[in-house]
Amino acid sequence: MNRIELTRIPFIKNALNSRYPQLAVFIVMLVGYIFAILAGLIGTPVGSHNFSIVFVWIAWWAILILVAVPFFGRGWCAVCPIPLPGEWLQRGAVLSPPEKRPKWLNLRVPKMFRNIWLQNISFLLLALFSSVLLTTPNITGIVLAAMLFAAIGLSTVFERRAFCRYLCPVGGFIGLYSQTAPIELRIKDKQVCVTCEGKPCYNGSSAGYGCPWDVFPGGLTKNTYCGLCMECIRTCPHDNIAVNLRPFSADLAKPSTRMDEAFKAFIMLGSAMIYAGVLLGPWGIFKDAAYNVGSSAWFVYAVAFLAIIFVVLPGSFTLGILNTRNTIPLKQRFASLSSALIPLGLMFWVAFSLSFVLTNASYILAALSDPLGLGWNLFGTANATWQPMLTSILAPAQTLALVGGLIWSARAAQKAANEVKVSPIPVIVYCFIATSLMLWLLL
Amino acid sequence: MKHSEFISRFLIVAGILLAVGAPLFLWARTPLIHARMAEDGGWNPDVIQAEVGKPLHLKITSDDVVHGFAVGQMEMQSVDILPGKVTDITLSFDKPGIYTFFCTRWCGLNHWRMRGTIEVGGSPSDPEPATVPLYVSLDLDLDAPHDAPLIPPTQPSAINGQPLTATNSITLSREDYLTHSPYDVFAELKNTSLTEEQRWDVVAYLWQSNTTSESLTNGKELYAQNCAACHGENGAGDGVFADDLATAGESSMQTMEGAMDMVMQAPVDFTDPRRMLGASPALLQGKILRGGMGTGMPMWGSIFTEDQIWDLIAYIYSFQFEYLR
Repeated sequence: MNRIELTRIPFIKNALNSRYPQLAVFIVMLVGYIFAILAGLIGTPVGSHNFSIVFVWIAWWAILILVAVPFFGRGWCAVCPIPLPGEWLQRGAVLSPPEKRPKWLNLRVPKMFRNIWLQNISFLLLALFSSVLLTTPNITGIVLAAMLFAAIGLSTVFERRAFCRYLCPVGGFIGLYSQTAPIELRIKDKQVCVTCEGKPCYNGSSAGYGCPWDVFPGGLTKNTYCGLCMECIRTCPHDNIAVNLRPFSADLAKPSTRMDEAFKAFIMLGSAMIYAGVLLGPWGIFKDAAYNVGSSAWFVYAVAFLAIIFVVLPGSFTLGILNTRNTIPLKQRFASLSSALIPLGLMFWVAFSLSFVLTNASYILAALSDPLGLGWNLFGTANATWQPMLTSILAPAQTLALVGGLIWSARAAQKAANEVKVSPIPVIVYCFIATSLMLWLLL
Repeated sequence: MKHSEFISRFLIVAGILLAVGAPLFLWARTPLIHARMAEDGGWNPDVIQAEVGKPLHLKITSDDVVHGFAVGQMEMQSVDILPGKVTDITLSFDKPGIYTFFCTRWCGLNHWRMRGTIEVGGSPSDPEPATVPLYVSLDLDLDAPHDAPLIPPTQPSAINGQPLTATNSITLSREDYLTHSPYDVFAELKNTSLTEEQRWDVVAYLWQSNTTSESLTNGKELYAQNCAACHGENGAGDGVFADDLATAGESSMQTMEGAMDMVMQAPVDFTDPRRMLGASPALLQGKILRGGMGTGMPMWGSIFTEDQIWDLIAYIYSFQFEYLR
């Protein structure tokens, strides 16, 4: 169905099959990540001139939300350095197959945590402190280090990548939005998997490790929890794993019915709107409240933030889809129909990010030459002045993203409504109102 | 262990050591002077050692807002210290002593507290005897009330005073100017045939004749840079910080070590004739040199030269008098 198997191309196949290209990228990313932590802790406290702020919250975020997620889904997870030290420690090896007996506790994550609620909470925790986190290098350094150590800690207690799968604050939304990406990892022939002995893609073999993301590739129907680590390509004895180019948002044809994912869609939609109002809007009172963490104004902001995300947005959505004559339970309708908010939320984030990324991208040049603010001029760009980029195309690009997101969501709503046999109109109206609000907030 | 595994581990460990070690090593080798708003610590370090005749290279950065750097009683242009940027400054000292460096940008409510010292060691090639400030030799009580008992109904005019001074052959020596308040001179003119208003006009002219336009220009510049933030551009005690200081109250005065007994006071209004016409230049010199002793007015003795203080005083009196242009 409209798919092009990229792994048929020998160059791609070989590059993914070999561990060395990935390892080279891993080492570079890990060095960069540790440098970002150091820069946050010992570099200048002026965020706009500190590598940790400029490269994490401007450069990385721009690449993540404008390129990696929309076009490569969990492409970032494929090269993310955070789980690596823990994973190497857990395996007791970098390249060699793991020992027969696990080195560490290797526990299974308790069932109650095997969902993305913890990721929803960790994202919201960072979101509530984001004004300070995004501007204060030492807090960014501490949070980056905390994530690295949390991943190491979880790797020694639980099996596989428990941090990525259940705790990572960004992994949750990357997974949700990866359903819209035109890239997927899937099996080629289901029958091969059914008859495959030992399921080395899940359990590991001498050729490689069992799926670090705790996914059986044979059952993959969505991108959400596949981290694109490519391990199953190496372990599959039947060459039955493919990386495909496919139509955008193919996974949304069969929407999820999970409430944790449904609420993730609302969290992301609401956060983008709140950030657009608070961080980019003209209201100083909101900015002050968001920045003064711990003050009574901040508590009001935090309560309002959570109320919008958990009450106002899902509540009004539920009111819109109430239909007592429908036989499908409301909960299932809610979860399925909320998948229409996934492309909308992604495009809200694209529009919001365009604004601050284009405004602040010129800091990258200066921070590249003087990453710690010590007066270096490594590449001769230390004195590059701050200048907003492409200001003339910002508003049209944001409008295009938002209107495009609305149309995309309307199509997703039609598919989801078809699944639960209701009219898509209320969801489309909901998306229209949200888009109008976002347009007003951004433009 | 396979070669590939060993090499991978080696590269990973080397990469991590490089990522941690290189920035730490380079950071430790780059001593910076950090400028922060006084509330957050001011200059760090705030004491710098130097030697006579040896150039002192400083690397200064700001951790928050734009600050300025200058050294008191030295011929140097103030240098801006930008947030996140490093400014290189080279100083040289030809006399030993303790110099004060200070912030020259209105960076925050306690901007004036942003000071540090440079301790310059070495033996003086040409020792100079210390001079005693005029207010000390006159034994003036800087904190005693000094209001003028009588004030003019309108602003005294040097323009009107000039012909009256010439006609009546009135003069005021430099020494008398420095040691007398305008009201003192007004009172001494009571034996003349002049009216009260004419006597004030003569005082205005005498005050102008004891300064120069160059001195007034210099005083105006110093005032704009250092005084206007609190005392106001037009001397009315209504500078941009005045309201904020009043709002912040005493808490704004108690943020730094050793400042617990300070009492917040509104900046002095230089347009108030009762206060200003009762003050002699020597008294004002003392107040500027010493500062307000816990009122929020900093001591400027370590920053301004004597000539700069007289220029400043000449300019401050211009808020009371209409001078010839």
